[in-house]
Amino acid sequence: MAETGTAPGATPVARPPALAVGPLGWLRTNLFSSWGNTLLTLLILWGLWRVVPPLFDWLVTSSLVNVASSQECRGAGGACWAFVAEKWRFIIFGTYPADEQWRPSLAVALIIGMMLFSTWRGAWRPWLGLVWLGGTAVVLALLWGGFLGMTYVSNELWGGLPLTLLLTVIGLGAAFPLAVLLALGRRSDLPAVKAICVGFIELVRGVPLISILFMASVMFPLFMPAGVTVDKLLRAQIGLILFAAAYQAEVVRGGLQAIPKGQYEAADSLGLSYWQKMRKIILPQALALVIPPMVNTFISFLKDTSLVIIIGLFDLLSAAKAALTDPAWRGFYKEAYLFAGLIYFFFCFFMSRYSQRLEVELNRSRRR
Amino acid sequence: MTKKILLAGAALLSLGVASAAQAGPTVDAIRQKGFIQCGSNTGLAGFGNPDSAGNWKGLDVDYCRAYAAAVLGDASKVRFTPLSAQQRFTALQSGEVDVLARNTTATLTRDTSLGLEFAPVNFYDGQGFMVQKSLNVTSAKQLAGATVCVQPGTTTELNLADFFRANNMQFTPVVIESQDEVVSAYFSGRCDVYTTDASGLAGTRASVAPKPEDHVILPELISKEPLAPAVRQGDPQWKDIVTWVHYAMLEAEEKGITQANVDQMMTSADPTVQRILGVTGEMGKALGLDNKWAYNVIKAVGNYGEVFERNVGAQTPLRLERGLNALWTKGGLQYGQPVR
Repeated sequence: MAETGTAPGATPVARPPALAVGPLGWLRTNLFSSWGNTLLTLLILWGLWRVVPPLFDWLVTSSLVNVASSQECRGAGGACWAFVAEKWRFIIFGTYPADEQWRPSLAVALIIGMMLFSTWRGAWRPWLGLVWLGGTAVVLALLWGGFLGMTYVSNELWGGLPLTLLLTVIGLGAAFPLAVLLALGRRSDLPAVKAICVGFIELVRGVPLISILFMASVMFPLFMPAGVTVDKLLRAQIGLILFAAAYQAEVVRGGLQAIPKGQYEAADSLGLSYWQKMRKIILPQALALVIPPMVNTFISFLKDTSLVIIIGLFDLLSAAKAALTDPAWRGFYKEAYLFAGLIYFFFCFFMSRYSQRLEVELNRSRRR
Repeated sequence: MTKKILLAGAALLSLGVASAAQAGPTVDAIRQKGFIQCGSNTGLAGFGNPDSAGNWKGLDVDYCRAYAAAVLGDASKVRFTPLSAQQRFTALQSGEVDVLARNTTATLTRDTSLGLEFAPVNFYDGQGFMVQKSLNVTSAKQLAGATVCVQPGTTTELNLADFFRANNMQFTPVVIESQDEVVSAYFSGRCDVYTTDASGLAGTRASVAPKPEDHVILPELISKEPLAPAVRQGDPQWKDIVTWVHYAMLEAEEKGITQANVDQMMTSADPTVQRILGVTGEMGKALGLDNKWAYNVIKAVGNYGEVFERNVGAQTPLRLERGLNALWTKGGLQYGQPVR
């Protein structure tokens, strides 16, 4: 009776079996729960063991950073980071004059600064557009120069990261309003407006970006009278804007179609005009809905700008490729692409994470 | 009043006379804007590529500098427009560039239907073979039964098949699209032979091969690739300048005029040297240029041999031999027409 008489609190706490809790338990439930999973776990471990140590060796242990000449790198088994040490300036700034390097550096800092500033929701006021307009103008002025003692740098010398960011930012910035108008036009009841918008979107979406750029760079000059040339960068930029607008328009249209008919009718019954209805009721909801696909097009657009190499502009990726044509540094493809890839990843990952946060914040009302 | 009209008339007349003695519209436009717009490669080692500081380097690039030195007296007054292979001819036709110095092979159709004018060839190239030294092959005729790495879709692939058929030999092609992959396939021993343009072979061996001494480039070239600068049709004077800058650089090499000794050579007693450097004669005037045009060219970039050695020669990572590009006096094809 003595045992049964003890108070419940005094029962000696029996520990669960060692195989059910703690690290061992976690391993058992997550990695070795069945013979199939056990097999998979072992396979993956074997794969990691085969891949990670050699990769680490190539990236770190056997890699070379300080070499007298590229010849030293060729015999070594590891990555030649000396290539990046030698060429990072060219890859990031392209053919921009080396003495004036602070200007593109500042330009990149400004663009990144504006991007970060825009992530703060307190800045989402009409004047934010003006900030971007002014900021972009400052960036352009900085790159061109020709005043305040800064030498003039013609835009065919621009390259690398500033060029990639400028093409992206101006491209997306100019394409977005155009895209909203195109999307509204496509859903318009006015036949002429609708036909023009549908025609434009289908035409531009129906051809690859590379052919639009070819059109802008190869065909367009032949249509111009002799001696008249439109700046190459401007031609490429306009081609990129038109392309981005067509794709974004379809994304926005998706958002417009997702808004229930009741919202349109409610706005109409309040006596709002078409533009009031769109601006105050429909678009704010529609645009919040389409953030994920929109960011998707943004990210792919950032990477698409690397196609401008076909018209001879050195954006980030093309500059990395051009760096490989230096007779002394040929053949270090892996290092060049890894370096350029890291920079692209930084920007794309930032956009992706931010859009996820934004999606949560803006669609709070829809979450259940 | 009459005096004013007379003066104006005289001014007009003198303008007319002046422009008649001047060069064609391209040169006038170049003088007006103050620089030459040169179509260059987007990156080809040794011929046109940006260095670590973003400055253009290469054999074709030096030609553009030479034109600037000849026309404007200043080799730095040149702007480069990197052009892709597809874009290069349109850029020249539309006037976006004044001259195309971009390792372009001169061919009949390009000369005629594309409306180009080719200047003299500044680099003779041709398709060749590289083999592993361990095979002990000394001539392409011994390649029967070989496995050959080649890139598809180019004349290279067709020339290869033609060569083997003509010599009644069998071969196994290993066709790989990307340049990096075809090169690494060869160096990893996937094939016995790698074929592409000879300059490309030498450059690849010198700068990408793990052990350059393990590979031999065979002496035979199986195709002709004469690389020449090109200008638009319709401006013979500009074409003359582009042509004679090249000949002057060859003549300078033949006469031993170099970047270093060009100032001493001004006092040379050799009448040919005097004519080239503009000490005597009116050679520059005949081209619509300053008489010291060739002096400026040599002072800025050197003679042909110096340009070659600096960019692709034995001291560079590409380590190309002069070969066909030696002067005619040394068994090559570079034959400068006389500057007189």
